[in-house]
Amino acid sequence: MNITFLFLAVIAAIVAWWLAQQRLTAKPWLDAGLVGDTGASPLPAAKIGLGVFLAVVGCLFTLLISAYSMRMEMGEWRPAPVPKLLWLNTGMLILSSGALQWAQVAARRGRMDRVRAGLLAGGVFALAFLAGQLVAWRQLDAAGYYLTANPAAAFFYLITGVHGLHILGGQVALGRTMDKAWQGVAVGKVRLSVELCATYWHFVLFVWLVLFALLLLTDPIVADNGWFL
Amino acid sequence: MVDIGAAEGIPPAEVEDVELYHAKSWVTKYVFCQDAKVIAIQYSITAISIGLVALVLSWLIRLQLAFPGTFSIVTPSNYYQFVTMHGMIMVIYLLTALFLGGFGNYLIPLMVGARDMVFPYVNMLSYWVYLLAVVVLVASFFAPGGPTGAGWTLYPPQAILEGTPGRQWGIILMLVSLILFIIGFTMGGLNYVVTVLQGRTRGMTMMRLPLTVWGIFTATILALLAFPALFVASVMMLFDRVLGTSFFMPAIVAAGEHLKYGGGSPILFQHLFWFFGHPEVYIVALPAFGIVSDLISVHSRKNIFGYRMMVWALVAIAVLSFIVWGHHMYISGMNPPFGFFFATSTLIIAVPTAIKVYNWVLTLWRGDIHLTVPMLFALGFIVTFVNGGITGLFLGNVIVDVPLSATMFVVAHFHMVMGIAPILVVFGGIYHWYPKITGRMLNERLGQIHFWITFLGAYLIYFPMHYLGFIGVPRRYYELGETAFVPASAATLNVAITAAALIVGAAQTVFFFNVIWSLYKGKLAGGNPWRAASLEWQTPETPPGHGNWGKELPVVYRWAYDYSVPGAGQDFLPQNQPPAIPAR
Repeated sequence: MNITFLFLAVIAAIVAWWLAQQRLTAKPWLDAGLVGDTGASPLPAAKIGLGVFLAVVGCLFTLLISAYSMRMEMGEWRPAPVPKLLWLNTGMLILSSGALQWAQVAARRGRMDRVRAGLLAGGVFALAFLAGQLVAWRQLDAAGYYLTANPAAAFFYLITGVHGLHILGGQVALGRTMDKAWQGVAVGKVRLSVELCATYWHFVLFVWLVLFALLLLTDPIVADNGWFL
Repeated sequence: MVDIGAAEGIPPAEVEDVELYHAKSWVTKYVFCQDAKVIAIQYSITAISIGLVALVLSWLIRLQLAFPGTFSIVTPSNYYQFVTMHGMIMVIYLLTALFLGGFGNYLIPLMVGARDMVFPYVNMLSYWVYLLAVVVLVASFFAPGGPTGAGWTLYPPQAILEGTPGRQWGIILMLVSLILFIIGFTMGGLNYVVTVLQGRTRGMTMMRLPLTVWGIFTATILALLAFPALFVASVMMLFDRVLGTSFFMPAIVAAGEHLKYGGGSPILFQHLFWFFGHPEVYIVALPAFGIVSDLISVHSRKNIFGYRMMVWALVAIAVLSFIVWGHHMYISGMNPPFGFFFATSTLIIAVPTAIKVYNWVLTLWRGDIHLTVPMLFALGFIVTFVNGGITGLFLGNVIVDVPLSATMFVVAHFHMVMGIAPILVVFGGIYHWYPKITGRMLNERLGQIHFWITFLGAYLIYFPMHYLGFIGVPRRYYELGETAFVPASAATLNVAITAAALIVGAAQTVFFFNVIWSLYKGKLAGGNPWRAASLEWQTPETPPGHGNWGKELPVVYRWAYDYSVPGAGQDFLPQNQPPAIPAR
């Protein structure tokens, strides 16, 4: 549960930072009158909403990692070797995230053609990542680490599966953004959507990097060779 | 009335007017509607309907306990199924959905001065996913083998093993329903949080919000962070049941045969479940705290005592609620230092809670107390919550909990603190805001009858249960049979408890009759029948129209508790009333 507490501590720090700006020591019974600043953020509500949503998703993955590490310490733990293919998949996801970052920059500069190219590339690379994950699953399955083989394998499928579903969900949002971008609306109308997609993609990339690092660190071959202290 | 002259020289509202969703047909106005007020009603009706199912289940449980074996419909399997579904429905599908989906949806936009939630479409989806979750839950009653009888905590390994009722379909539908509920809740929760953060009208700082909004807001943040634990646990158990993984399933020999499971940890499930389960108590309690604060202030015509302290206490309780889950697991073979830690954190959480109770009492002190029906329910809540809270202090200590944990004492404790207390607030809230929602008052006399039967009846049910627990009457048992330590009088007491439970349950028809009758025949309420200061009572129309505020959003000049202000012309000052111009 240490990891969960670490995550909650980060959330608590953000909340504390926000609360500190809300003048919690104000004495509202004394100061009637007009207040110009209500303490609302200048960011659009959609961005705040995405931020809150990512905190929830982050909590979900943190709990999965917590469960993984708690289970790991309980013995009878035979983790699967990490398929080499995951390195390639990781590259795909980095490219996908990079493409959306590029689209976001283009949207800010008003270049619709580049926005479209970036969105398309981001979507294709993300699909490539998902396809690669499926292949990795089949490789593991063929190597005898099928779902019910042991808890370590089950965790691998569960965590990568949940992560994949989040990318799949992101594809829906991306598809809607692309739909808008291809309808020929002004760049200003899609900018927010592109920014939201890019943020989400960076987040799922970050989650993946953490998960991948976790899998590598607990990989039996890596562990035997003593890559980490 | 409001002196418009004082508002001169104020720049136009900076709050951006949102593009409002407009219903085009009857279906989009009343069924697939994006207006938070309609969604609130939909949530409430669904939650209360499924809650009535759980009420009937509790009757069946009580009938079995009072007259063992008399009713053929309560077999041992059915008994466990009824207990499980009663608990699950009441805690999640009724209380959580009603406080956040019902009260939250109706009150947040009105109280913060917004036209609607910030993401109305997602808000609508939230309700429909919730409804789907309820339908899946209800479907398990009709599935082969019936609903799951694993207990509301669904502990593995027994929850998915042969021999537990509902093992075939019930448990699968239960887990799917929970997963759906959490998805639906997350959609709604995003709305509640972001609307409070970003939807507040001009002048409405966080420290001017009514405590109801603070309560719902903090509870929603808790829920958003706690429900993922239940989500993870449900998905993993679903895998164990359907796909044969062993997340929670150790190697098991059943009837001399090795099952295919092996290597899982049942304790891991308990940790995940209670990491959700304890914050869940406060997900229900914090909105109740907020609503009660408002009811007490309005109906005693006095500002809330210690507003800042109330806000801080809410935040403190929310933070602490994440580090006390282990007190549900004292009997799981926990490392003694952990038990010490969790006992200490549990006792510490009583401090901010006690601060709230003191502040309510000090609000009442020398107030102009009106014993209206909402006030009766609010007062009933304080008494009941203190009662249940004090037995919580007993159970929070490892050494007291271990012998009492499997007895009726625990049933009595959590029904007092988490069943009766929040339900009293739900009723108080409904009696209080019904005039705003419908434009008509609920009948006062019927309300008083409803209150006294419910309040006194609840004590007749749960007070004796504490004694049953002390003499060692176990919970979860279908039938007690002959024991050396339970006297025959315990059976008599059980009959009395059941009689009280049947009466209290039946008395709720008074409430439903009142709600329906008053809809057509109730006294017209006008815009602000309680003469309350908070913003929801200042809408131009009652019930509030689409968009809540007519042409212009209100501007807020003061906090929500300006009652009996010295020197003011009337005994309350609405939040949107500008300060008086100093005499020249």
